[in-house]
Order: sequence, then structure tokens, then C-alpha cells
Amino acid sequence: MEPFDLLQSLPAIAPIIGLTITAIVVLALDLALPESQRRNIALVTAASLFATAAIMLAFWMPNADTEGLYWGGMIRYDILTWVFSVTVIIGAAITALLTIDVVGLNRRGEFYLVLVVSTLGACLITGAADLIMVFLGLETVTIPLYVLAAFRRDDKRSSESGMKYFLFGSFASAILLYGLSLMYGFTGHTNLYAIAEYMQTDAFQVNLIPVLIAIALIVVGFAFKISAAPFHFWTPDVYEGAPTPVTAFLSVASKAASFALLIRFALTAFPPSLAINGAEVQLFWTNLAAALAVISLIIGNILALAQKNIKRLLAYSSIAQAGYTLIGVASLAGDGRETAVAGIAYYMLMYTFTNLLAFGAVIVFSNATGKEDIKDFAGLSHRSPWLALGMTIGLLSLAGVPPAAGFFGKYFLFQAAVQSGLTWLALFGILMSIVALYYYLVIIKVMYVDKSEDADKPITISPVYGWTLGVVSLAIVLLGSFAVQPVFNWVLQGAQMLFANL
Amino acid sequence: MTVPFPVLSLIIFIPIIVAVLILFIPREQRDTIRVAALGAAGACFALSLFVYISYNNSVADIQAAQAAAVQAGTNIGTAQFNATLAYTEYVEWLPQLGISYHLGVDGLNAPMVLLTGMVAIAGVLVSWKIEDRTKEFMAFFLLLVAGVYGVFVAMDLFVLFFFYELAIFPMYLLIATYGWVKLREYAAMKLTLYILIGSVVALIGAIAMVLTAANFFSSPEGAQIFEAAKASGLLPASAQPFSFNITQLTLAAENGAFNVFGYAGVDGLTFARLWFPVVFIGFGILAGIFPFHNWSPDGHVAAPTAVSMIHAGVLMKLGAYAALRCGVQLMPEGAQIHLPWIVFLTLINVVYGAFIAFRQRDFKYVIGFSSVSHMGLVSMGWATMNMTGMTGAGLQMFSHGAMTALFFGCVGMVYDRAHTRDIPSLGGFIKVMPWVGIAFIIGGLASMGMPGLSGFIAEFTIFTGMFQASPDITLSIGNFTLSNYYSIIVVLAAIGIVITAAYVLRVTSQVFFGEFDRAKYPDVGDITVRERFVLVFLGAPLFIIGLMPAVMAPMLQTGIQPVLTLLGGG
Repeated sequence: MEPFDLLQSLPAIAPIIGLTITAIVVLALDLALPESQRRNIALVTAASLFATAAIMLAFWMPNADTEGLYWGGMIRYDILTWVFSVTVIIGAAITALLTIDVVGLNRRGEFYLVLVVSTLGACLITGAADLIMVFLGLETVTIPLYVLAAFRRDDKRSSESGMKYFLFGSFASAILLYGLSLMYGFTGHTNLYAIAEYMQTDAFQVNLIPVLIAIALIVVGFAFKISAAPFHFWTPDVYEGAPTPVTAFLSVASKAASFALLIRFALTAFPPSLAINGAEVQLFWTNLAAALAVISLIIGNILALAQKNIKRLLAYSSIAQAGYTLIGVASLAGDGRETAVAGIAYYMLMYTFTNLLAFGAVIVFSNATGKEDIKDFAGLSHRSPWLALGMTIGLLSLAGVPPAAGFFGKYFLFQAAVQSGLTWLALFGILMSIVALYYYLVIIKVMYVDKSEDADKPITISPVYGWTLGVVSLAIVLLGSFAVQPVFNWVLQGAQMLFANL
Repeated sequence: MTVPFPVLSLIIFIPIIVAVLILFIPREQRDTIRVAALGAAGACFALSLFVYISYNNSVADIQAAQAAAVQAGTNIGTAQFNATLAYTEYVEWLPQLGISYHLGVDGLNAPMVLLTGMVAIAGVLVSWKIEDRTKEFMAFFLLLVAGVYGVFVAMDLFVLFFFYELAIFPMYLLIATYGWVKLREYAAMKLTLYILIGSVVALIGAIAMVLTAANFFSSPEGAQIFEAAKASGLLPASAQPFSFNITQLTLAAENGAFNVFGYAGVDGLTFARLWFPVVFIGFGILAGIFPFHNWSPDGHVAAPTAVSMIHAGVLMKLGAYAALRCGVQLMPEGAQIHLPWIVFLTLINVVYGAFIAFRQRDFKYVIGFSSVSHMGLVSMGWATMNMTGMTGAGLQMFSHGAMTALFFGCVGMVYDRAHTRDIPSLGGFIKVMPWVGIAFIIGGLASMGMPGLSGFIAEFTIFTGMFQASPDITLSIGNFTLSNYYSIIVVLAAIGIVITAAYVLRVTSQVFFGEFDRAKYPDVGDITVRERFVLVFLGAPLFIIGLMPAVMAPMLQTGIQPVLTLLGGG
């Protein structure tokens, strides 16, 4: 191992340093500010997170010289880490802005502290290259999320949601941990790259079956985290019960981070070249991912059709979105693997913006009306044309209609699938996306066509929400048209770097 | 042919920019919004007309270039296709995935661009009186127009899909929000899902096609062709094997990349044979091909007048155009195998559509089903795979576009005043609305193929083309073979024309002639100057094409020539 160089190693944990500082600042502000000024904590949190993301974007893009393993092999810093970290941090910043007028969450310093810590954990796992770091990072993401979900102590649904999330989440963590411990047991290494190296050598003498069991356990653990069916049972209840900004955050951050880790895990520990007793291991996990994708697409999309509550609908839609992304994971083994990695990264980036926009519109709406059912959105285009337009852009992006970014997101994944010889999976995904279009269009129809008794009561949007949702909408449209080239270029470079080392 | 400004991008982006600007105009200023929308539509029409006329002026040069390509002798079809392209714009969009923002006009889409410009203006004008959320209506309408323009001028398969999907959503909202109350939600959803299923399945076909072409160009034999094409300027110097550029895919098709047996591990299967029906019928759904025509009458009836006009007038052509461009042009071998049976579907379209139209009580449903019938003729024209028939199909696309927009305009004007479309309860309207009555009769005459009007030229050439093609076409499925049967199909299709005459005359006599009941319709009066302008504007091309087909036919022929070369004719 090379001698330790602090200056070189710092960029690898730059986001983590930025987030830690943010956390301390937030804590201090909570003590220092009088009650009347605490609303500003949200703004400070968001500003600090945006600054971290901006510095990363401007100065610390990894290149061929700086990418590699750092901090004793705990963290790998490459473009994939970088892209996913920026995604998660921006997602957290937008979430902070979206909480600013939510009674019970704003003016509470500890809320923002927990939010930032969860983001920190997400940044850790995007680069985690060691089994210890993997588990540590995952728990640093999830434990704060349990707290956030149950943040409204006096609200029964919120407590129930936190409890459910905790029970399912710790169950999943235990399964994952068992899988990780098996991996360590077979190889005697904790570093993913060392494990991969060892498994390629002749010294590695294990039957195929135990390795497959370990893979299955790990995949199941991840499936819980990304709410892929059939491990999705917590999702609708937790999404519905948790405070809406928390739902928004947990639907994007933990999902993005888990996918980053899943890619790294799949490709480093079980690379395409790995064969045990002559059997190709990759076939096993790609088939597993394909099966999960199919089940998630069916369950997510079909059950979403029947939902009456907007948050439950978005919960099922997020199960379906996990299914689309899993199409990318299933394509990781074939010729389309570079497109697949880039596609997953792009998908998670655009999905972060998209889901936050959709949830942001729900937050504004329920702040003003106190309602969350789909039928309550009737007449929204009269009550607040801009909010209706923002929500429409979000839903179109989820549905994958241009010029919203979702079109490219889905397209990249489908192309990866076709390139990897999974044309049937791409066709299946595309047919399910038509089912999905139905329920998204129904919401749009309700907003634009249906009449409501409250049609003459306008909904006002406060400036912070107006600017946040406006900029996010614009970002989605740009990501789907003019900005798609540079962003895709980044993620594709990240993918190529990843494979250069395999 | 070049101009100092990107004329096609302007045509696409003017409506988009104006649509966004309209969102910022206060909603009370309805007239400002209307004028802005009309300005955008007018500017696009002016540019479309400019493109059309200057393209038409260069037809002789293009024919010379195509003849030169035959002399040169290599990659004739691709070279001929490149020769027809004008006003091309080529910007790399996602070079890693072979996607480029590539636009161009050729002989096939230039008339369609002009048609879109005409119908867009007419659509804005007939929607002048919409008072409920005018702002949203005009903004979505302009987005729809931009999407339609984009599909017609796209010369990159991906960009074509991009604009295709872009057009679908505003259409949904326009129908669902502003349509006929009884049917709009059902019809809008049905239409959207039908069209989307067709297009996304075709999109998977397109990705598979691009991959097959890329594999071909990466093989030693293909790489030679690829490098030679780059050297000769047929392809841009920056081209990669993996590309959605239609020129490059045409080159792959011409060199047999899609005709390799053993595709997908099946012995007797080629790429073209498997995917041609998927792509052709996938796009054919939008052209209302049987048995997937069902969305179209409901959609047309439910839509507000302007959207019916653009939908039946332009969008259905978009399906027929894309079916030709992506289906026949890129997979000629598949076309030769499959079009001989697809022609039966088009026959059902023509005859069955006409019969159903005859049975309708609702004025607008008659026109809706007549579109199904007439669009069947367009697909039938493609199925001839010869110059005469395909030229006829091209003429029919333009002619039917103007004619059906005129019809829907007339229906809308009657309905706005009478508030019913029930044919038996209408009568004598020519007395109070003479302009509408005469316009409808002109449209009707064009529809039944009266000489002197464009419908005659189009239908006559399609039928002639069918007769010419008949001896060359053989359908074989397993041991069953059928040959020389196109002539029988023509005879059967002629029944459709007779029925067309019957329903047009029936509607005309019941709605416009007979006694006018003033007690029943106290407020019905004549139409405004604005509406008269719409009728004249849409009716005039029917005469122009009918009397002087030479303003369009040679242009269409330059567009069809490369397709025929690829099909192996000449």
C-alpha cells in the first residue's frame, strides 16, 4: 500500500467534512437562535449543503490520477462516488428547503441535524470499498431515517411509520450483515477489492452454493433498502405515515446511495470474469436482479392503479421506479454494462429531482389545504396554475415523457438492457411504463379537468417554495433536453473508469 | 441548399418559446394570448411555405443528383436519399450513444411541414373564442404543433421518437380538458395509451436496429463500407458505428445488415422480417390501421375542433410517414415479405371505415370514421411499393390532411351554433351558413374523388399503382401462395369509394339541405370573417393540387425514389 498522503486523501472525504461542519453549525444555531429566528436554520442548512455540492462540482471531480482507494482502503473515490454524493447532497438541500414551512419540523434544529447525518451516511456508502464501511455507512443512513420518520411524536401515523420502518429496516440490516459475514468467512478479507482478488486465485476453495447464498442474502438486504418487491411491504405505510418531507428524502437518498453501493458490490466483488467451479457467478445475480425488476414493476405499477392517497401512490410508483433501475442492474453483466452504470447514475440523479418536485408540490398543497387524497387535487389548475404545472412536470418525468428528464432516464436503461441481450426485459419494462402512464395521467386529469367546490380558493405559494420548485422543474426539463449531454458524459466517464479497473 | 439561419430549428422552437412566454401573460389578457399564438403559428407557416417553395424550385437539381448517384453505382439508395435532404442541421447531442440533433427536409416531408403550418393557423383561428383557460389551451396547442413539426423533420431516429412522445402529452390534456364533456376523459386516455404502446414498442425495435447496424459496421466487411461512406461524404466524418442517424441506417439497410439469416438464433429469420411488422404497425396505430383504429373516431369526436383538425389532419399522417420512413425505408426486405398481407388490413380500413361512417348519427363520428377509411388508402399506397402508388399515397396524405381539417372546421362551426351534432335533427343549414355548406360540399367532393379536386388525383394514382404492382406481388405463407391479387383488392377498395359518396351525400342532404327550423335553432347565424378565412385557407389547396398536381407530385417522387431503390426497383 502506498504511503499515507493526507492532502491527497482529503478530497475523498470532502463531502463528509462539509456535512460534519454543517451538522455542527446547525446544532450551534439551534442553541444560539431565539425561537423567532429559527426558521432560518432550514436556509442555513440548505445553503451549506449547496455550498458543499458546489465545491465538489467545481474542484474535486476525480480524474484518472486522483481516483483510487483512500483511507486504508475504506473509501474509493471515483466519478461514481462523486456523482452519487453530489446527488444525495443536493437532494438533502432541497429537502431542507421544502421543510421550511412544515409545522412540527421547521424551527427544530435537531431535525436538520439528523437529516444532515443521514446524508453523511449516504455519502459514505457511495464510496464504501470495505465490508465494515458498507455496514457502517448503511446504518448511518438508516438509523437517522427511523428517527425522522417518527419525528412527529404526537402523530400516531408518524410513530407507527417510524416503528414499521425500524422493524423492517433492522431485519434487512441483519440479513445483509449475515451475507457480509459469510463473505468475510470465505475469504478472510474485508476489502471488496481484496475479496475480488482473492476469489480469483486458486487458493479460494469453496463450493458454489455458499457463495450464492451469500450473494442472495446481500441482494435481499439491498432489496429492502431500495424497496424492491417482494421486499416492499414497509414502503406504502412508511411513506404515508412519515412527515412528507421525510418521505421525500427517504425515497431518494437511501435509494440513490443503495444503488451506488449495489453497483460497486456487484461489479467489484463478483465481477463478470469470476467463475467458481466453472460456473459463472454473474449469471446468478443478474438473473436475480432481473427477477426482482419484473416483480417490482408488476407490483408497483399494478397496485399504484388502485391508490387514493397521493403519498401511497408515490410509494408504489417508487417501487416501480426501483424496478426500472433494477433493469439497469440486470444489464450490468452484458455488453451494455457501461451504459447500464451510466444509466443507473443518471436515473438516480433525475429521480432525485423528480421525486422531490412531486413531493414538494404535495407539501405545498397539503400545507395549504391539509389534504392528501388524489381527489382533493381537483381544480388545482384553477387554484394555482403554477403548482399544477410543477406537479405535472414531476409526474411526466416519473412517467418518462419528454422533455422531462425521465424520458432519458428510462431510455438509457432500456438501451442498456437491449445491448446486454435482455430485449424481453426492456419490452416488459416499456409495457409496464404504459400502465404507469395511466395513473400519472389520472392525477394530471384530476388537476386540470375535474371540478372542485374550492375552485375559487386560490393557493398561494411562499417565495422559498416557489423558487425551489421552479428551479427544480427547470432542472428537470434541462436534464431532459440541453443538459443531458454533459451530465451523461460524467456518468459515462464514471462507468468507464469503473470498468478500466476490472 | 442552404440558408444563413437554421430554418427548421426555428420552425420547431418558435412555438415552444411562444408557448413558454404565453404562460407569463396574465390570464385576463386573452386577446394578447390569442394574438401571440396566432403570431407563432403564422411565423411557422411562413417559414414552412418558404421551405416548401424553395424546395420545389430545386427539384430539378435533386433529380439530376439522383441520376448522378445511379451513374456512380455504389450505395445508390443512400446517395439518392442524401441528395433529397435539404436544410439539414446536424449537431451532436449525445455522441456516446450515437444520438445527434439531425434535421432535414426531403420530398416526402416537405408537404407535411407545409400542411402542419396550415392546420396550425386554422387551429388557432377556430379556437379564438375559447374563454376557459385560454392561456393553457394556446400554450399546449403550440407545444403540440412543435412536437408534430419535430417528428416530420427529424432525420435521427431518436430525435423522431423524442418529438413523437413530446406531442402526445399536450394532446392528452387538450382533449381531456377542452373536449366534449361526455366522452373526453375516456377518449383522451384511450388515444394516449394506444398511440404510446405503438410508439414505444417501435422504439425498442429502433434500438435493436441501431445495434444490428453497429455490429454490421464493426465487422471487417461493414467497416470498409463505413469508412468509404465517410470518405465520400455520405456520412459525417465524426460518425460512429453506433448511430441513430437515418442516413447511416439507410446505408446499413442498403448493404444488407438487416437481411442476415439466423437472427435471434432462428434459422429462417432476419432482423427485418421480425421487426418490420412491429415497427410498421406500431406507427400504423397512429395512422389508424385496422384493427388498431378504434381510438381514432372516439378521439376525434371528443377533441375540441382545433385538436380534431390537427389530429386527423396532421397526426395521423405522422403515423403513416413514420411507418414509411422507419419501416419501409430501413427494412425493405421486411416490407417485401410483410406488406403483401398488411394490404388486407388496409383494405378493411377502406371498406369497413366507410361502412361504419355511413351508419353514424353523429355528424362528427361520420368524419372520424371517414378518416379511418381514407388513411387506409395511404397505407395501401405504401403497400404498392412502386412509384405511382406511393406518389398517390403522398398526395393523399396532403389532400386528406387539408380536407379533413376542413371537415372538422365545418362540423365545429355548426356545433358551436346549433349545440347538437345529431344528423337527423339538423337540416337546412346552408340557408343560414352558406359558407360552411359550400365548404363542406367541396370537402365532400374531394373526399369521394371528384376530378378537379385533390382527392381524385390521389386516389386515382393509388389505384393505378395497385394495378401496376399486381403482377409483381406474391403472398406466400407456408405452402399457401397467392399472386396477382392486388387487382382484386383494388376492385374491393372501390366499394369504399362508393360508400364514401353515399355518406357524404347523405350528410350533406340531411344537414345542409331540407327545411331549416328557425324555432329549434333561434340563434344560428352566419359565420364570422375569421371563420370564412379558415374555410378558404383549407379549401384552396384542394383545388390547387387537384388542378395542378405538378406542384407536389415531382417533389414527392424525389422523396420516394430512394425508398424504391432500396426496395430493389429503380
